Amino acid sequence: MRYLPHTEEDIAEMLRVVGIDSLDDLFSSIPKNCCCRTRLHLPEAISEWELNSHMVRLAGNMAAFPEYKTYLGAGSYEHFIPASVSYLLGRSEFVTSYTPYQPEMSQGTLQAIYEYQTLVTSLLGMEVANASLYDGASALAEALLMAIRITRRKKVAISRCVHPNYRQVVQTYLGPTEFEVIELPYLENGHTDIKTLDEIEDLAGVAVQSPNFFGSIEDLQTISEMTHKQGALFITAFTESMAYGVLKNPGTLGADIVCGEGQSFGIPQSFGGPGLGMFASKMKYVRNMPGRLVGKTKDVDGKKGFVLTLATREQHIRRGKATSNICTNSSLCALAAAIYMASVGSTGLQYLARLNHDKCEYLKKELVKAGFAICFGSPTFNEFVVEFPKGFENRYQELLGEKIVAGYPIAADYPELPNHYLFCVTETKSREMIDTLVKEIQR
Amino acid sequence: MKDFQGTSGLILNEPLLWEKGKPGRHGFSFPRRDIEINELNENLIGEGPGFPDLSEVDVVRHYTRLSQWNFGVDTGMYPLGSCTMKYNPKTNEKQASLPGFAKAHPLLPSSLSQGVLKLMFDLKGFLSEITGMDAVTLQPAAGAHGEFTGMLLIHAFHKSKGMKRTKIIIPDTAHGTNPASASLCGFRSIPLKSNKDGILAPKAVSEIMDEETAGIMVTNPNTLGLFEDNIREVADIVHKRGGLVYCDGANMNAVMGIVDMSEIGIDVLHLNLHKTFSTPHGGGGPGSGPVCVGKHLESFLPIPRVIKTNGKYRLSEDFPDSIGKIHAFYGNVGVMIRAYCYILSMGPDNLKKASQLAVLNANYIKEKLKKIFHLAYDKPCMHECVFSDKFQKNNKITTLDMVKRLMDYGFHPPTIYFPLVVNGAMMIEPTETESKEDIDFFIEALAAIADEAQNNPDRVRNAPQKCKVRRLDETAAARRPCLSG
Amino acid sequence: MKEFSELKLPDNVKYAENHEWLRSEDGKARIGISDYAQEQLGDIVYVELPDIGSTFKKGEAFGTVESVKAVSDLYMPVGGEILSTNTALEESPELVNSEPYDEGWMIEIELTDDIQPDSLMSRDAYIESLKG
Repeated sequence: MRYLPHTEEDIAEMLRVVGIDSLDDLFSSIPKNCCCRTRLHLPEAISEWELNSHMVRLAGNMAAFPEYKTYLGAGSYEHFIPASVSYLLGRSEFVTSYTPYQPEMSQGTLQAIYEYQTLVTSLLGMEVANASLYDGASALAEALLMAIRITRRKKVAISRCVHPNYRQVVQTYLGPTEFEVIELPYLENGHTDIKTLDEIEDLAGVAVQSPNFFGSIEDLQTISEMTHKQGALFITAFTESMAYGVLKNPGTLGADIVCGEGQSFGIPQSFGGPGLGMFASKMKYVRNMPGRLVGKTKDVDGKKGFVLTLATREQHIRRGKATSNICTNSSLCALAAAIYMASVGSTGLQYLARLNHDKCEYLKKELVKAGFAICFGSPTFNEFVVEFPKGFENRYQELLGEKIVAGYPIAADYPELPNHYLFCVTETKSREMIDTLVKEIQR
Repeated sequence: MKDFQGTSGLILNEPLLWEKGKPGRHGFSFPRRDIEINELNENLIGEGPGFPDLSEVDVVRHYTRLSQWNFGVDTGMYPLGSCTMKYNPKTNEKQASLPGFAKAHPLLPSSLSQGVLKLMFDLKGFLSEITGMDAVTLQPAAGAHGEFTGMLLIHAFHKSKGMKRTKIIIPDTAHGTNPASASLCGFRSIPLKSNKDGILAPKAVSEIMDEETAGIMVTNPNTLGLFEDNIREVADIVHKRGGLVYCDGANMNAVMGIVDMSEIGIDVLHLNLHKTFSTPHGGGGPGSGPVCVGKHLESFLPIPRVIKTNGKYRLSEDFPDSIGKIHAFYGNVGVMIRAYCYILSMGPDNLKKASQLAVLNANYIKEKLKKIFHLAYDKPCMHECVFSDKFQKNNKITTLDMVKRLMDYGFHPPTIYFPLVVNGAMMIEPTETESKEDIDFFIEALAAIADEAQNNPDRVRNAPQKCKVRRLDETAAARRPCLSG
Repeated sequence: MKEFSELKLPDNVKYAENHEWLRSEDGKARIGISDYAQEQLGDIVYVELPDIGSTFKKGEAFGTVESVKAVSDLYMPVGGEILSTNTALEESPELVNSEPYDEGWMIEIELTDDIQPDSLMSRDAYIESLKG
């Protein structure tokens, strides 16, 4: 087997040095009642060529662009990934390297992640960002736990407009603890209803998502002010990082912690994972932050270099009292995002984000022209909710057959919104494709 | 000095991203604007991020140069204990980037995602077979995430029986993520000392196991590279008082096809696909930490779960006792694809062989170095062995000094100062993908360093000599953190 | 690492078994960690100190001290209310290394227990305990 270099001679010589007769003897010290399994019931080994055929067959019956036109968002976004990004990410010094605990041998990863941290602070308007968490959902859970640690209070409030899966993850994380999660309802215009905020005592943090699950851009300034009046921390989450290419970032609007999903920046959708948990906060909270941090320093000869720092927050030192248990994170995805952000640049990202917004607005307008109802009135970024007449489900299934995925039905997560579909349009959809979608929906 | 692989070479300096570029440059091909500019409220528009503007050449040169400052498994050996830095097969990368997988949206209807659903279903079956456990969740995104999931499962189990158990027993050799994961779940860690042979003693366990203890977190083989010989008895003690046994499966590479985890009393265990199953470390992630459980814990597994009905696959949330979700979607599918391909490429016999050779490599190193370095436990080891700097301490040379010198010889350092029970620990795990020649080279390099420690200690103390930067000031980095530019 | 004989162990303070020292005057006491403790910890990078006004019992952890690779709890040698903390340590945690008994002091407390002579060690008793 090409990954097992030992020849019979190698093995014989090594057995001699160890002083045993066979490979099985290596395990002779294990108690008999702990080992000696029968042969594993797994498929027989296949060659590289058979693997190629097998995988092409499996991948073949999947719906992917350009064959399929999917108008799905809801936490995973279709964006163009430049060949240069994929190419650089394929460099095995990045891919096959270990966590940079030995800085002399990993300055590449360390400088790249330091740059990533800086780009994220710039994107979100915050003072410090970490080296990544698993995904946007776990990042939100960590943000709430961080707010609880800092304020030493026990309740958190989350908007119902936060992605349903994110809210579920938060419930799972906080389930076994003594902390309480309170859900904030939404208004007719698609914004979070914060009227009841000042009634909640012992409030550690308030979390909203912007753009929210319905695509609506929340009034972060107002929510921030109300939250701070309560002495709580204001957390903004997001699922579409592209939005902050054009929208006012949460940092300038008063967020204390910003967390979300960075998959839009150069990371393939890959059926939902791996993702990229972006996480940033105010500098005064840095010692309470979860996850790794890369810092700049000098070496013994005075040369500039980078190291992992403030490690005493982490599990390998603080163990049971760590800010989080996270060890392996999403480093390579953070690198992908950094390369993407570096390639797109400031001017470029503003253009791209605006293009996303405008293409989505175009679909919205065309659907209105065609007589369909847009559910929420507030301004949106590249997603919005449409209310279709009862029975649209049949047309939806027919469209699947025509290789069009016309939005995401949200009734399962919002039973009060039956026949409502969440549409997403990104820069990957041409005017022609959008026109076809509208035409097909109408038939 | 012999012709070791560590040498100096021409690598280039490279500034920070924002020290390069010019306004107006870009490295992206912008899609045509084929629709009009649509209204967007002025109040909502921001100033845009302050990214540098770089050309494609700027970006490619930047990251190419940065990559050349990194060591990777493709560069050379990483003898990192408990990390299993084995070779990352290239065909796996190709398969994961097939457009059908890479461009798949997680919320596609199941009729349009049968390929990946089948892959996930089959992978669960493979992992179940390899560990001997009954059911699997692929959702956790890393080992620690899997540990947390395991703790949640244990918590849910006890809750379902109307019991409130607040403690978890954690051995002194445990990885830091173990107590951290237990804490996240609200459990209090009860420390347990290993015996003089480096393994858990049943008597010590029975002294602290009680009806308030939810269970025990073991690692088997443990972080000293030793098989927990008493594991069955320990498991019995815990089970008798209603507790559960969690196994940290980070060291699974030693026992594939050899030990059945459910047979030895494990109720729940996590795996690290980025260790045992060859998926790349990526400079710190992403990984994947599937959790395997016995039947009695199956109903609590996270949702959704991939199920198969009449030959068709779909995701089902119809599991009322589930602990819920720990990931936005289904886990790190991209990583799962790589592990799936690895298992198919290896097949049952080669997976067992991999474990055997991993253990052979470690024992070979142990035998060859045990006269030169102090061996923490002079007995057969599994896939890793632990030395210390005891012999070199008299010359005031520490483990840290010696592993920094190892860089000059062209090897990545082993794991140091872990596990905590061995003072000045140096934990070496070669994995099975290192050839005998590379291991001999490694042994010779360490022997040469031990010799230097004796006869030329300054050389070791001032190491590394050949790296781009040397002995970075971590104190200054922690006292006055500079975390962004 | 300093040799034993090089350690600074003044006799105008009392020592606790977890290597804290205490210097009392007029119903107040200053507390810090001994030269031995800071040697063991290495370069101090951060000291986490309690809120003013909080009270701790004897033996309770009142804060933590961090080096690059380790964290240690700080324990109250006697019970008391925190009157003030050494804010200079925020900018210059290294004072704990260079001046452990003077500029590197950590907290000042009001004494609510009487100092029990046998619970705190004299300098000679501390030296004996270190040697043992």
